[in-house]
Amino acid sequence: MINQTITDKDGVKRYLITLNVNGDARTVLVKGNAILANVLRDELNLTGTKKGCELGDCGSCTVLLEGKPVDSCMVLAIEADGLEIITIEGVAVNSKLDAIQEAMINFAAVQCGYCTPGMVLSAKALLTRNPHPTEPEVREAISGNLCRCTGYVHIVEAVLAASEGRLSPGEHEYPREEGGSI
Amino acid sequence: MSRQYSVIGHSVPRIDGPEKVTGAAKYTLDLKFPNMLYGKILTSPHAHARIISIDTSEAEALPGVKAVITHKDVPTLKYGLSPARWDENIFCSDKVRFVGDKVAAVACLDEPTCYKALKLIKVEYEVLPAVLNFLTAMDDGQPRVHDEYEKNINTEIHQEFGDVAKAFAEAYHVRTDTFIGQRTYQCPIEPHTAVSMWDNGKLTVYSSTQSPHYFQYYIAREFGMDIGDVRIIKTFVGGGFGGKLEPTGLEFAGAVLAKLTSRPVRMFYDRAEMFAHNRGRHAQQMEITTGVDKNGKILVAHANFKMDGGAYTSLGIASAYYAGALLPMTYEFDNYKFDMYRVYTNLPACGAQRGHGAPQPKYAFESHLDNVAKDLGIDPMDIRILNARRENTVTPNDFKVNSCHMRECLERARVMSGWDEKKKNRTPGRGIGVSTGSFVTGAGYPIYRTDMPHASAFIRVNEDGTAATLYTGAVEIGQGSDTVLCQMAAEAMGYRYEHMKIIAADTEITPLDFGAYASRQTYMSGTAVKLAGEEVKKQILDMASAMLSLPADDLDCDDGIVFSKSREGKSLTFQEVARKHFVLKGPLLGKGVYTPPRLGGTFKGAPVGTSPAYSFGAQVGEVQIDAETGEISVLGIWDVHDCGKVINPRLLHGQVHGALFMGMGESVWEEVLFDDKGRILNPELANYRMLSAMDMPPIESEVLDTYEPTGPWGAKEVGEGATNPTLGMFSNAIFDAMGVRVNSLPLTYEKVWRALKEKREREAAERG
Repeated sequence: MINQTITDKDGVKRYLITLNVNGDARTVLVKGNAILANVLRDELNLTGTKKGCELGDCGSCTVLLEGKPVDSCMVLAIEADGLEIITIEGVAVNSKLDAIQEAMINFAAVQCGYCTPGMVLSAKALLTRNPHPTEPEVREAISGNLCRCTGYVHIVEAVLAASEGRLSPGEHEYPREEGGSI
Repeated sequence: MSRQYSVIGHSVPRIDGPEKVTGAAKYTLDLKFPNMLYGKILTSPHAHARIISIDTSEAEALPGVKAVITHKDVPTLKYGLSPARWDENIFCSDKVRFVGDKVAAVACLDEPTCYKALKLIKVEYEVLPAVLNFLTAMDDGQPRVHDEYEKNINTEIHQEFGDVAKAFAEAYHVRTDTFIGQRTYQCPIEPHTAVSMWDNGKLTVYSSTQSPHYFQYYIAREFGMDIGDVRIIKTFVGGGFGGKLEPTGLEFAGAVLAKLTSRPVRMFYDRAEMFAHNRGRHAQQMEITTGVDKNGKILVAHANFKMDGGAYTSLGIASAYYAGALLPMTYEFDNYKFDMYRVYTNLPACGAQRGHGAPQPKYAFESHLDNVAKDLGIDPMDIRILNARRENTVTPNDFKVNSCHMRECLERARVMSGWDEKKKNRTPGRGIGVSTGSFVTGAGYPIYRTDMPHASAFIRVNEDGTAATLYTGAVEIGQGSDTVLCQMAAEAMGYRYEHMKIIAADTEITPLDFGAYASRQTYMSGTAVKLAGEEVKKQILDMASAMLSLPADDLDCDDGIVFSKSREGKSLTFQEVARKHFVLKGPLLGKGVYTPPRLGGTFKGAPVGTSPAYSFGAQVGEVQIDAETGEISVLGIWDVHDCGKVINPRLLHGQVHGALFMGMGESVWEEVLFDDKGRILNPELANYRMLSAMDMPPIESEVLDTYEPTGPWGAKEVGEGATNPTLGMFSNAIFDAMGVRVNSLPLTYEKVWRALKEKREREAAERG
């Protein structure tokens, strides 16, 4: 697959690879040990892919590789050569937010926002393969994306709502004045 | 019901939502600057060792390395929270005191070169015996972590209120229990990061911080600069929970490296380094004795605590005081004694984690109270309702409580959870527990000694009136302060939320605010914002008065419309009035400032725990225990809060969920573990066992319709208070299910299984 390499004066080999990111073919020269998350962030300036642990634990760096959610800190860039990658920057089309993104905002499923890109992509992958998931299926699909802020309550609610095409809780979901129960 | 408002009280979408869901939001680690270098800190591999020598020559010779610094290159001034306890240096010079203590730093062309350079720095250590157990740290013969602190005592507190001896003598029943709380870590998902750069003798630091002003103060102090020459800019922050409140060393080291190289330097901690830097919840031994009358009314309590401070003071002197200060909050009793030793160990320093000092003591007290209730044959809910604090009361340690609906929280939680029904119809292996909590609405005294106001803000209305920008030093770290403060600004101005913009937490542009800690911003920053908005509104009404030829006191402004209160049809838009104001008078500005009133008593430590208002809450949880495996299934959690006027219901409930989630992790799973050399065994999110979406049980949260008379529109705290009841609630639910008590956190499956096994063996032995 990888057919072009260049070796520098110190003997370090670099690979010329093409990443199909959000519909654009991007050709980059990377070392064999270059991590996909770093190439996306540092070479292509796609910093919506977050780094939280670099161990595959937190899921902040989730991207879709051929439609499947992966931790891009656990993928070598050369492994992604020629493959289709969707990052968070590729989810909204022409500033039109995806249903999941819209629901995440309207249901207050976003707090600090650091896990949000990965969360959106895991949910996107779920709804693409299973448009009407159950709550346990939603929880399982986002279980690789750790969030320290929300307790996942509003996130699960938002993903389920998005799957039903319900993008906003509506004015009366919480009593107007004092919050009430959920 | 209190009145309806146009902007506050509504779940408006977050102002930063679109940037966060599209990946456009830039966090500090996402920032790049021309010519930028990458920096890393070299830390100690030993828990306690003398530094014999440091040789940086090989590292300096490595191509791509632009600077290497040690203690010789940085100011030697110690820093920390309290002048009496300044004990931390930018880099260690004589000794290292924990695995992870800062020794040197490098700035390089790229990150991989940094790691190579760190390996080339040769540090010769003489390894010393280490203090790893806080329970024996004060014993004779233990090594000293800091030479100047005898018996490793960092903080010693002895407070007594009322007549403790007399009350114990007169009590119908006296009981003592001892509990252990574990060390936990905040685990924000975003790593600590700082980008430092110099321009013409002035320093700019982009930082993931909860308090730009506090960083600005300490950086200026450390480098002997004028505060005005240090600019701290907060970018988007990926969570803090207390861990990003104090300087990390990245700012100090980055500033020196940036100066030496005349280039911007970006430094960060990776996940393991974050765990090593720590500043999370202290491990704590808590002995509690109470005396009650025959009805279960608490007459007196004695809290006798010992805390593992780790190697430095950090914010821990406040944690130590908080541990005892907030204990008499949810229940009324007049006689109270608090003894505390916070000791140094050769482990990472502990600091302020959500609920600062309060959750573990609350766990101990609430577990103990259930034991007392069992002794007396009283229902746990009834003993709490009997003792619940009432409004307009004063705690034995001189905290004045205004609004307080503790009893109503309990009564509502009783109904929501089906408490009485569940207590009557027992299912084997199933248990239900209740606990209470309370927290400050901002600290009554500033984070460092100063007479500055605690919060300030100003608003600039755009020239044509189509937008307004709020300038505040308040710090959005995810809790939603940017959104809530814009709602409050719009409400006070009579304007619309949709037209609000915000510039926050840049010390060169925004006015002083102490930042995101002690659950202070909605109340304190909010009060300043409200005043700023009201100042704008007054000018709008004055201008409209001239335009409409009506007296200003006949006019009001709401939701972007200025109208006559007495004559229908006489109205103008906010926009046209604001435009006219600019044309005739120039910029339309409003400013506000907040300083708390003088609060609290005069005894030593009296300021810690003072607050203009306190939140209250009750939680009930139901669990099912598998006797064979010890596995705990959480069937449901019901939370009821008294947090005053709610500004944004959805964001508020999000705070409750998050606080409960963090408390649940601390209750059953989370713990920072060490080996016998003081090295962290589980510095990863997976092995630390942070909860995933699959672990979270159903939660029902409710807020009562309450009003805090001193708060902006009646608002008070929520963000941290909801963590306080959770640990005790789990302890009591598990106790109820098993009939035996596990006396230490976390209440792991293994401990539960073991407790049940021992109970079975005991019962078998009794049967003979």
